[in-house]
Amino acid sequence: MGRAGTIARRTFLIGSVAIAGGVAFGAYYVSRPTPNPLLKGLGDGDAALTPFVKITADGITLIVPRADVGQGIASTQAMLIAEELDIDPASARLDPGQPHPAYFNGTVAADGLPFPTWENGTVASSVRDLMITVARLTGSQFTGGSSSTADLHETLRRAGATARETLKAAAAARAGVSVADLRTENGHVILPDGVRIPYTRLAAEAARIGPVNEVALRPASEWRRLGKPTQRLDIVAKSTGTQDYGIDVTLPKMLYAAVRANPGRGGGMASCKADAALAMQGVRSVVEVNEGLAVIADNTWFAFRGADALEVEWRAPDYPENSAAMWEALAAAHATGDYNSRLRDDGDVEQATSRAETFEAEYRTPFLAHAALEPLSATVLVEPEQVTIWTATQVPHVVRDAAAEITGVDAEKITLHVLPAGGSFGRRLDHDYAVQAIQIAASVPGTPVKTTWSREEDMSHDFPRPLHMAKMRGSVADGRVLAFDFDTISPSLVESWFGRVFIVPPGPDAMLVWGAYDQPYAIPNYRVTGYAAPQMVPIGSWRSPGACSNSFFHEGFLSELIHAAGADPLEERLRLIDNADSRRVLEAVGAMSNWAGSDIGPGRGRGIAFAHTHGVPVAEVIDVTMTDSGLRIDDVWIAADCGTVFDPVNAEAQLTGAAIFGLAHAMNCELTYANHAVEQTNFDAYQGMRINQTPRFHTQLLGKAERVRGLGEPATAPAAPALADAIFAATGQRLREMPFSKSITFA
Amino acid sequence: MELTINNRDFAVDFPSDMPLLWVLRDGIGFTSVKYGCGIAQCGACTVHIEGEAVRSCQVALGDVWGPITTIEGLGTPAALHPVQEAWIADQVAQCGYCQSGQIMQAAALLNDNSDPSDADIDAAMSGNLCRCGTYPRIRTAIKRAAASLRKA
Repeated sequence: MGRAGTIARRTFLIGSVAIAGGVAFGAYYVSRPTPNPLLKGLGDGDAALTPFVKITADGITLIVPRADVGQGIASTQAMLIAEELDIDPASARLDPGQPHPAYFNGTVAADGLPFPTWENGTVASSVRDLMITVARLTGSQFTGGSSSTADLHETLRRAGATARETLKAAAAARAGVSVADLRTENGHVILPDGVRIPYTRLAAEAARIGPVNEVALRPASEWRRLGKPTQRLDIVAKSTGTQDYGIDVTLPKMLYAAVRANPGRGGGMASCKADAALAMQGVRSVVEVNEGLAVIADNTWFAFRGADALEVEWRAPDYPENSAAMWEALAAAHATGDYNSRLRDDGDVEQATSRAETFEAEYRTPFLAHAALEPLSATVLVEPEQVTIWTATQVPHVVRDAAAEITGVDAEKITLHVLPAGGSFGRRLDHDYAVQAIQIAASVPGTPVKTTWSREEDMSHDFPRPLHMAKMRGSVADGRVLAFDFDTISPSLVESWFGRVFIVPPGPDAMLVWGAYDQPYAIPNYRVTGYAAPQMVPIGSWRSPGACSNSFFHEGFLSELIHAAGADPLEERLRLIDNADSRRVLEAVGAMSNWAGSDIGPGRGRGIAFAHTHGVPVAEVIDVTMTDSGLRIDDVWIAADCGTVFDPVNAEAQLTGAAIFGLAHAMNCELTYANHAVEQTNFDAYQGMRINQTPRFHTQLLGKAERVRGLGEPATAPAAPALADAIFAATGQRLREMPFSKSITFA
Repeated sequence: MELTINNRDFAVDFPSDMPLLWVLRDGIGFTSVKYGCGIAQCGACTVHIEGEAVRSCQVALGDVWGPITTIEGLGTPAALHPVQEAWIADQVAQCGYCQSGQIMQAAALLNDNSDPSDADIDAAMSGNLCRCGTYPRIRTAIKRAAASLRKA
């Protein structure tokens, strides 16, 4: 590890807390194996050979506990199990399972620590291990942080192998032959004489012998499905309108509900009149829920109309009234000098900026909505002794616990059907919509109620990406970047979001400085300081949180310094990068795009950016052209390295989708506030990218990194700074504030 | 009131100003028709009326002027339409929530234009929002479907 490893730390507090947590649980509690949740309620003759594989006479069920919000992880999880189990994953039933500690996510907890993901020192590794233990013991079952494949790839393959070997042991006992003489193929154990026994016929016997846990995983050279183009298991359903999403649940005698909540989040209600709503056709009742009111009706449209007809006087929330005041709050937080973290402090930026010409810049990114195309929805049936919930969520354990708390029903009597989501981008890491739906259904016990937020409700009650500001200084000398002093300012996401769904961990907020302190550059004088502004509107994780703003700041200002130094944007980054995986993706993107500088002809420009987020280095090059109708994005080249690629067709989709997400919001999206409320409440004011604006994509996954990581987010962060850099090359205009449509017209 | 949907007749009893979207979804059970915005900005609710792609959130029940086709009427898993075959071959969908609308819009385009250029695709498809960013594969799939339909 070179200079980039010399990261300043205030992290031992985190370490000691994690240790204390482990000790408090006691050595036995920490080390005991997690029980298999499938064993409970198992039918006679059924086998649950691991928490991920259930075999009955009717067929094979694979438990795929990470939520599919469009990233294709249901399919990838099934493929990982199937590779070792020797079944066609399309022949199995996929079930997200019930929330349970067996399905905990350790990677997402470890990634939240203030260590760069590329740092593998002893302290980082041991504190990560402790956090993973805490996640296991608390049953934290998050889907997020691009962590699913990284966290589960080995667990799922091992589950498949354990099930396979247990089935073989059962077959060996039945046939009186040695396990070594058996092989498996497409859901069957093959006996030495060629007789094929279906797994489903071995379930009862396999259930009676203990799982064979000592298994060796097959090397990649023997994989038949993993790493090769395969068909997503949901692709036919999603191409024929037959995929049921959370919002599509339809039950006998079901009622429908809509919510009308205070657009000033958290302000509460001063008074309300429901008479007009209750008099409307199809409206059944009006109930109070968190943050406002709900209307229960005979269909969603009646409910929406009823919600519109409610006459409510809202109380003002305690955050600033408008966007200008919120920006002032950020500037004021910075002016105090009281910082939350300084996780990088290399060389001496003060001295370096005092003896050379100094450049300064302020960058800004706005609040952004997740605006998944499927509006938030949940269907709930509350009965005296049980609760059943159908919804799309990334935090099933949190939804279950909330249901238990609201209804008083034991958590064990709550059944959660996690359905595919029509997008999320981090929104379903919160469960406010489910809480309201449970409250609504609790008002009509015995009757299922589907609650659907209108698009306007969805956008005005998001937990948005926070507004974020950076104040940066730097200097150059001898054609090189000499110093980079980066202050990044935003409300603390960890404090806001973790406060709602977990515990607020002590120590610095790493997410506030993701994409900033953890970039593997060895700039000689390099300092990153995070300032936590006061909480304003509640905020949430938005595809590559922290980094989606910080990378724009970091790469944008780095480009400014490189330009001032007269250096080549790619060459200087390669010189400064101090991480082999990162260097390779920069070299690859240069080769893919035939990089020869940012000047690609009159009226055109080429930009580059790099980011290392979620353990994945990504480099992107973008070409743009100024046309008569505005700026057009022509081509995007993406090189990334997530280690072994299991699901290449889907991986490519995640790279391009994430880059489009980054570009779309950089181009033309923002949430602004007036009278405490969001001003952009539908897609007419929040356009995103359309097909006519979509560039050509060229992607490459290098597959050389040692650790397996996920791809849901990493290509998001470098997209905006690469576009800004290209716009500078084409127009000479340096964009320091999103959305870029404030400064430039897009074709 | 009578509606003809995918060559079947349905009797419905809802206010004439109720958007067709909600009649289809909640009233009859065609949940393949998706609600995304309610103001004709996303295209997720696109169906055909007399072969024309329309935003069902903007068509009042009382104004329905002809037979309706939803994606189930275009093709089924057992009998796919060439546009759906192309969507599967190119693995377009991510979350998939917009794709019923995208497919209905693309099918209407290909009915009118058997060999659309990139500009034709842009013009026909730019009203259909995909938040996952599947546009590159949508473009490829439309061209694949067009080639397949020309051969048929």
